[in-house]
Amino acid sequence: MMGFNPGVRKRTWFRGRDWPYHIALIVTALGIAFPLLYATLIATQNNTEIFSFKMTPGSALASNFESVWFKRDFAGAMWNSTQQALYVTTGKTVLSLMAGLAFVYFKFRGKWLVFFLVLVTLMMPTEVMILAMFRLVSGFGWQDTMASIVVPFLASATGAFLFRQHFSNMPVELLEASQIDGATPVKFLTRVLIPLSWNVIAALFVIQFVYTWNMFLWPSLIIRDESAQVTQVALQTLTNIDGALTYGPLMLSAIIASVPPAVVFLLMQKPFMSGFALGQDK
Amino acid sequence: MLIIGLIGAAGLGFLYVRFFIQRRTPIRYAVSSVAAVGGASVTPFAMGQCGFAPETTGVDRLLAYGLMAVGAAVALVIVRSFFDRRDGLSNESDAFAGEIRSGGYRMGWWVPWVLLAPTLAILVVFLYTPAIQTFTLSTRLTRLGAPRSVDVCFRNFSELLVAEPWRLVAYPLIAIGLVYGARFWLSRTSPGTWSRRGADLATIAAALSVFIALYAMFSPGGGGNVDFRAVYLTTVIISVGVVVVGMTLGLAVAYLAYRSLRGGSAYRTLLIWPYAISPAVAGVLFFMIFDPTAGIFTHAMESWFGIDVPNYRESTLLAQTAIILASSWKILGYNILFYLAGFQSVSLDQVEAAVIDGASPWQRFVKVVWPGLSPITFFLLVTNLTYAFFEIYATIDFMTKGAPAGDTSVAIYEIIRIGVNNGDLGRGAAQSVLLFIAVIGITLWQFRTSGRRVTYGGA
Repeated sequence: MMGFNPGVRKRTWFRGRDWPYHIALIVTALGIAFPLLYATLIATQNNTEIFSFKMTPGSALASNFESVWFKRDFAGAMWNSTQQALYVTTGKTVLSLMAGLAFVYFKFRGKWLVFFLVLVTLMMPTEVMILAMFRLVSGFGWQDTMASIVVPFLASATGAFLFRQHFSNMPVELLEASQIDGATPVKFLTRVLIPLSWNVIAALFVIQFVYTWNMFLWPSLIIRDESAQVTQVALQTLTNIDGALTYGPLMLSAIIASVPPAVVFLLMQKPFMSGFALGQDK
Repeated sequence: MLIIGLIGAAGLGFLYVRFFIQRRTPIRYAVSSVAAVGGASVTPFAMGQCGFAPETTGVDRLLAYGLMAVGAAVALVIVRSFFDRRDGLSNESDAFAGEIRSGGYRMGWWVPWVLLAPTLAILVVFLYTPAIQTFTLSTRLTRLGAPRSVDVCFRNFSELLVAEPWRLVAYPLIAIGLVYGARFWLSRTSPGTWSRRGADLATIAAALSVFIALYAMFSPGGGGNVDFRAVYLTTVIISVGVVVVGMTLGLAVAYLAYRSLRGGSAYRTLLIWPYAISPAVAGVLFFMIFDPTAGIFTHAMESWFGIDVPNYRESTLLAQTAIILASSWKILGYNILFYLAGFQSVSLDQVEAAVIDGASPWQRFVKVVWPGLSPITFFLLVTNLTYAFFEIYATIDFMTKGAPAGDTSVAIYEIIRIGVNNGDLGRGAAQSVLLFIAVIGITLWQFRTSGRRVTYGGA
C-alpha cells in the first residue's frame, strides 16, 4: 500500500517517524474495541462485582455461562440462527446464480421488464412494508416456523446484479467453447461459471450471512415462541433472569451471539475484500 | 369536483407538450392530454372516488388532487420517453438496452423463465404484494388480526399533516423556489469571489429550508391528529447524527490507517471488525456502558469528574446522544472499509503536484483528497442513511425503547409501535408510506447523481 503523501514513501528506509502513527492506530483500535472489552469483563462478573466496579476479571464466568447456555437454552437460539443463516445464504446464492445466468446468456422477450422488476426492488427495503408483510405471512399460518424467516429473503436483487455483472465481464469464448462441447446451461453454470466466481460467491456469502444472522425486527415480530427464536431476539429475554437485571449473562450472550458472524467475516476477509471491490466498480 | 381535476390534468398534458417537447404535432397534444387524464384518474378510481365525496374537505381533498397530479406526472414522463425514442433523442433507452443486450443461448423460450422463476416468485409474493398492500392498508382503519376494516380515505394521512391546506401548498413551493434561486445564483458566480461565498451560504440555507418546510408541513398534534413533527424531528436528528459522526470518524480513522505501516492488514482487521457486530449487540454493549446504576460511563463521570449524570433514558439529549454513539460505532467499521478502498482511487500524481506547489497537509486533504473521495462519500451517505432509517431499530429497542416520551422513537420504531404494539395497521401503514416515499426519493436522487446502484446491506 502506498500513501498519497509522497513523504511517507521515504519512510520505507527512514523508520524513525512511524511510531506516532503506530501509537495513534493502537489507541484507535483500543477505542473501537472498548465496548467489547468492557462487555467481556462484565461477562466474567456477578452482580456484586459489577456494582463495586471491579476492573479485574470476576469469578462468575462459569455460572453466567450456565444460566445463559443451559437455563435459558441460548444454544437452541444459536442453532435456529445457524439454520436460518445457512438456508438463506445458500438459497440466495443459488437463486442469484440462476438469475445472473438468465440475464447474461439468454435473449428472451420481456427481458427488459424482468430486469426492471428486479431493479426496482433495490429501492424497496422490507422494513417499509413490514406491517403488510407481517399480515401476509401470518395469513399463511407461518408464525413460529423456520419458513417465515427464510423464504421471504431467498431472492436478492443485489446478488442477481452482482453475478450478472461478473458474468458479463467474462470472455465470450467461454460460452462458445462450452456450446461446441454440447454443454447444457446447467453444466455450463456448474463446470465453468461457478469455478470462476468463487470470489464473488464468497463476498456474497459474507454479506448475506452477516445480514441474516444479525436480523432483528422481522423475527421479533413473526416468531413469538421462545424455542423457535433466533439469537438476536433471544438476547432480549436475557435482560432478566430469575426476576432480576442480570448484566453478566447478558454480556456473555451478546459476545457468544457475535462469534459466528465474526468468524465468517475474519475467515473470508480476503475474498470478501476482492469481491467487494468487484461489486464496487460499475 | 373530480371533473375539475381531470380537466386540469388534460391542460397539464397540453402545456407539457407546448413547453417541453421539441417536435409538436396535434396528435402529440392529444396523446399527451389523454395520457395525463388517464394517469390522473388511476388513483381516484382505485379509491372509489372517496377523495371527492361531498363530506371530504380540506387537506383530504388536497391530497386527492395531489395524487391526481402525481399520476398525471408519471404518465407524462412515460409519454415523453416514448416521444424521445421516436425522435431518436433518447440515449437513456439505448443504455438500458445495452444493459440487457447480451445473450448467447438459443434454446427453448422457457429456459430463461425457469431460471428466473424462483427469484421472480419470491419478489412478487414477498416484496411487490406487501408493497401494494401497504398502500391499500394505509387508506383503511383496521386492527391487527381483525377481519373487518373500514375505508377512511385519506384520513390516516391528513392526520399526519398540518391542518390548513394552503400551508401544504405554500411551504414546498417556497423551499423549491429557494433551492432553484440558490442554484441560479451559484451558476452566475465564479470561484474565489465574495459573491460565490454568498451563493454557497445560500445553497446551504436552501437545503436547510427543505428540512424546515417538511417540518412545517407535518402535524403538530392536537385535535385528534398525530404529533408527527416530533417523529420527523427525532428521525432527522438521529439519522443526521449517525451519518455525520459515523462518516467523519470513519474518514479520520481510514486516513490515519492508510499509511505504509508494518502490519497494515492486522490493523485493518482490528479497525473494521464491528462490521460483523449486529445492531442488537451494539445496543446491548452500549446499554451496559450507559446503564445508570452499573454502567462505567455514569460511574466514571461521578468518581473522576464529580458530575452527577442523570439517567440517560430520562434526558432527551443524553438518550439521543447514546443512540447516535452506539449506532455510529457499529457502522464505523463499514465506513473505514470503504474509505480505505476509496483512498486507493485518489490520484497520487495530483497529491505530489500539490506537495510541489507547497500545499499544507490540510490544503492537500481539502483540495485533492476529499474531491477524489466524493463517489465513495456519496455511496456511504446513502448506505449510512438507510442504516440509520432501519437497522437502528434493534439498537433503540435495547437501549431506550423510544424513551423519553418518544424522543428516540424514529420513524421505523414508531411504525412498529403503532402498527404492531397498538395493533393499528392502517395508521402504521400510512407512516410506512411516508417512509417509503423518503427511501424512493433518496434512491432516485442517487440514481440520478451517480448512476450507481445502491446495495441495502444485502437485502
